[in-house]
Amino acid sequence: MIDVQAIRNDFPLLQQKIYNRPLVYFDNAATTQKPQIVIDTTNEYYQKYNSNIHRGVHSLSEKMTESYENARRTIKGFVNAQYQHEIIFTSGTTEAVNLVAFSFGEKFIKKDDEIILSQLEHHSNIVPWQLMCERTGAKIKVIPATYSGDLDLSAYERLFSDKTKIVSVNHVSNSLGTINDIEKIIKIAHCHNVPVFIDGAQGIHHQPVDVQKLDCDFYAFSGHKIYGPTGIGVLYGKEKWLNEMPPYKGGGDMIKAVTFEKTTYNDLPFKFEAGTTNFIGAIGLSAAIKYIEKIGRQNIFEYEELLLNYATEKIKTIPDIRIYGTSENKISVISFLVGKIHHFDTGMMLDKMDIAVRTGNHCNQPIMKFYGIEGTVRASLSFYNTTSEIDYLIESLLKIKQLFA
Amino acid sequence: MLKMTIDQAQEQIVEEFSVFADWMEKYTYLIDLSKELQGFKEEYRNGNNLIKGCQSQVWLQDEYKEGKITFYADSDAIITKGMIALLVRVLSDRTPDEIATAELWFVDKIGLKTHLSPTRSNGLISMIKQMKLYALAYKAKYQS
Ligand SMILES: Cc1ncc(COP(=O)(O)O)c(C=O)c1O
Repeated sequence: MIDVQAIRNDFPLLQQKIYNRPLVYFDNAATTQKPQIVIDTTNEYYQKYNSNIHRGVHSLSEKMTESYENARRTIKGFVNAQYQHEIIFTSGTTEAVNLVAFSFGEKFIKKDDEIILSQLEHHSNIVPWQLMCERTGAKIKVIPATYSGDLDLSAYERLFSDKTKIVSVNHVSNSLGTINDIEKIIKIAHCHNVPVFIDGAQGIHHQPVDVQKLDCDFYAFSGHKIYGPTGIGVLYGKEKWLNEMPPYKGGGDMIKAVTFEKTTYNDLPFKFEAGTTNFIGAIGLSAAIKYIEKIGRQNIFEYEELLLNYATEKIKTIPDIRIYGTSENKISVISFLVGKIHHFDTGMMLDKMDIAVRTGNHCNQPIMKFYGIEGTVRASLSFYNTTSEIDYLIESLLKIKQLFA
Repeated sequence: MLKMTIDQAQEQIVEEFSVFADWMEKYTYLIDLSKELQGFKEEYRNGNNLIKGCQSQVWLQDEYKEGKITFYADSDAIITKGMIALLVRVLSDRTPDEIATAELWFVDKIGLKTHLSPTRSNGLISMIKQMKLYALAYKAKYQS
């Protein structure tokens, strides 16, 4: 088990007070706080080593390039990719989805082809595919969810046809917390010779991920949700796909030779990293990953599971509470409504009591529509949260309930 | 009795709120106000009148009679509805000129300015904009 108090001391933001009390930060699915080591590393690189990568012969640039490529190696190890050049730095999950939807679509998808998404997807794993479909004339099929917030995998199997070109689903649902059985989802798709893109924005920091063992074709995540800086993210892609896919953006660093007649593209991973990337962000992300690995993802998983179970049991004692997302396999996210109280009212009041939660549809309108609601209150917990913070949440919810009775 | 001006109505609200010691009392009052909001008929709750905030929804119906505009509004969130009660008290049943030129300074004075910040996206800012637009439209129609 982990030492929460020691961990909390690593996060300067958690030390501050928002109104009068110490802040209770329960909005980790939106973005996580940064440990001191990430802040320090980022600062240090701006202060001592800043210099554009892959461009200068001078020693600063060389040092920076080396650190950037080391960060790539750290991430390769973190997801256990086969090759370092299968790790592409992007600005986040959203850009990774857009990249694959565009480049894979250009190469492999044509009119009347089909792709499979799920009802649980974040808008950023829906809209890029819709844009691709508008360009190509392909169609989207949707894996339905059950009331508990699990994907209906037998319905999934029936969605395949000889026109299916790719499946894209999230590892973990951001609004409900469901951990999808991606191993099975990938196996089924591969039986039909269809590649799978996994949106790992909510998945990677709560449990170990091994892309080779999963055998997924793509896996994407965002730095800011995994205790790293904003504006940096990762796309893992199998070499064979990345080699076949055309570039997504044009610019410097992604080319070998440019004439106005023809340009030849650079090798992987640079083919997909046009222009100056967020190279210091990549190094900050690598620091975050090292921090997580030091604590251990299995330890994190176990502690967060304890938090989830504790919070679920406690919150169920509130009369008229409705929890959305009751899968057996969940990360520490609880989406709920208290009686007839509007999610916005609950969120406003919790804010007054120094508890940060998210309210609304969580960029997940299809699933809200499925439940017939406008939105929920979502408490998403991380390994720096404590059971006493959960007690305070319950206490506050009871007060709010009284207030609106 | 003569109807208060927009500024007098705002002063009265500021005075009402001045007795509250903490945020809890203020919000309890907003909840009470929401319950007292009257005149909104179910038929007004339609797509034409809907102002969709990201967080809460607002419905706004206008009525023009004898040179004055009356507003009826509602929201699915109680706190937003309490704010509506205050805004309607200040802006409803006034001439288009009064509404179009009104400056709403009371919200800041009673410490609830965050409810009109664009990031809250509760529909209130759009509602005020809509009220002013109606005022301008009626002004153009009847006073030109
Ligand atoms: C499941 C999921 N996918 C994608 C995203 C988009 O991530 P980003 O905004 O960091 O690109 C999010 C962010 O909330 C998410 O939860």
